Amino acid sequence: MLDTQPEGYTTADGRKIGGVLMEMKNITLRFGGVVAIKDISFDVREGEIRAIIGPNGAGKSSMLNVISGFYHPQEGEVWYKGARRPRMRPYQVARQGIARTFQNIALFEGMSVLDNIMTGRLNHMKSGFFSQALWWGPAAKEEAENREKVEKVIDFLEIQHIRKTPVRRLPYGLKKRVELARALAAEPSILLLDEPMAGMNVEEKEDMSRFVLDVNDEFGTTIVLIEHDMGVVMDLSDRVVVMDYGKKIGDGTPDEVRSNEEVIKAYLGVSHD
Amino acid sequence: MPDTLLFALEAAANGLTAGVMYALVALGFVLIFKASGIFNFSQGVMALFAALTLVGLQTGQIPFSHLINAMFGTRLHHFGWTLPTLVAIAGTVVVMVAFAWLVERLIFRHLVNQEPIILFMATIGLAYFLEGLGDIMWGAEVKRLDVGIPQGMSPVVDDVTYAWFGYGFYMDTLELWAALIAGVLVLSLILFSQYTKQGRALRAVADDHQAALSVGISLRFIWVLVWSLAGIVALVAGMMWGAKSGVQFSLSLIALKALPVLILGGFTSIPGAIVGGLIIGVGERLFDFFMGPIIGGATENWFAYMLALVFLLFRPQGLFGEKIIERV
Repeated sequence: MLDTQPEGYTTADGRKIGGVLMEMKNITLRFGGVVAIKDISFDVREGEIRAIIGPNGAGKSSMLNVISGFYHPQEGEVWYKGARRPRMRPYQVARQGIARTFQNIALFEGMSVLDNIMTGRLNHMKSGFFSQALWWGPAAKEEAENREKVEKVIDFLEIQHIRKTPVRRLPYGLKKRVELARALAAEPSILLLDEPMAGMNVEEKEDMSRFVLDVNDEFGTTIVLIEHDMGVVMDLSDRVVVMDYGKKIGDGTPDEVRSNEEVIKAYLGVSHD
Repeated sequence: MPDTLLFALEAAANGLTAGVMYALVALGFVLIFKASGIFNFSQGVMALFAALTLVGLQTGQIPFSHLINAMFGTRLHHFGWTLPTLVAIAGTVVVMVAFAWLVERLIFRHLVNQEPIILFMATIGLAYFLEGLGDIMWGAEVKRLDVGIPQGMSPVVDDVTYAWFGYGFYMDTLELWAALIAGVLVLSLILFSQYTKQGRALRAVADDHQAALSVGISLRFIWVLVWSLAGIVALVAGMMWGAKSGVQFSLSLIALKALPVLILGGFTSIPGAIVGGLIIGVGERLFDFFMGPIIGGATENWFAYMLALVFLLFRPQGLFGEKIIERV
């Protein structure tokens, strides 16, 4: 149904979804003899929340790593903003406006929350090496401007009270939130979230769901998220890709996916008569 | 004030200036170790190489002249100019940055994800290579390095301490300058790493490689940056030691003195390197002052290592190092 609306559409709750921002075409990823991803294609539209779900070992994280440049698929193409993306290193992908979080949290443990989030702004700092090193001219002004942006993110995610705390001392749930803040500070076109709710209690999950929705709503950020927990995904996302054993077994709105037989089989198992 | 106390105070003051120099050498190690987990065995040789290059540029020596003469029967040795010290220093900085770039490009880029011991072995190889290169490029003779800082007793310190205590301390002007310059360098490194974009990126890489990549930091650039910084630190260390006792190949051994400093201060802490250096500097002078006459002198040769050994027994992570916790 969506393919018939190339220019985008408006969701039931009034959010505007645009055209295709990123497209994965026939991606195949192998590790030696193991096929982690097998000929998968899907697209991501501007402004939508796109989920990738599937049981353990389905290849979800591998797919996210392909998008963020940590893995390079043997076959297939990644199209981003209407152009084919050449093979890129992770930091180059990040500079293109794709920010991510990690399943097992990759924060700078020894640095304060504020410093961690400031690293998200690195690619928005344009002043040269020497003016930075000597702290003169545009460098000081730039630091102040970036600091302002970071403070906004901190306000938005309600982590003012821990801004100066070294990340090492934070509880798990807050670390996840700081990681989201760092990714957001980069003002990304696409935000990749790798199991943002993993290991959280119910209350933390609700908080995180609210933040994901708010981010999408407030900044119009396109979000691609991987999740294990079916319930959360169905409530959050506009469209869902379902993976199993490296293959795509479903793709569509939550309702469409829910009633897809293969998906039910993969998740609930099937009786052998 | 009793004389013994005054003499001890003088020894301690001299120990402080020596300690700053130790700290400077240790700092080069810490920079690279923090950012890449590599224990850079070649740090001392880098100091030697930087000092050789500085003298060579300053006196207008022709690089590789011995080699060229041997091959073509020529008698080249000097261009016939002398460069002002500052220009020669700038030139040496350029050489050290180029060296950093080559090290990343030719060695460590190919050793990504290798065991730390492999990387360590690579730096041992690098140390031998660099020592040989310095020899071929600039010759093996001991060279005098004059950076325009006077040597000998500092009259200022002498006057001031005489006015205070009625006894003038003997401190070398060169050592005072060396301590001052090292202090400024350390301070600017700290400011750089705390308040600039590249400094923040540097700390980020030191903390977590994967996370650093995900926020758009190029690891290669950071590696070149830290090796360049280590090269500049090596230059300052080599310059000061060279000015004091001539640029000679034993200079590469000053790196050994940095080891106890690192064990004291912790391998990952910049303040640790500084405090460790000061403790060793002051400690060995005071120990020599009090114990030297009793046990026959020359304690400076081994005191630092003994102190390090004691530390290894009771506090293996150093004063400021990250605590080693075994998770089960």
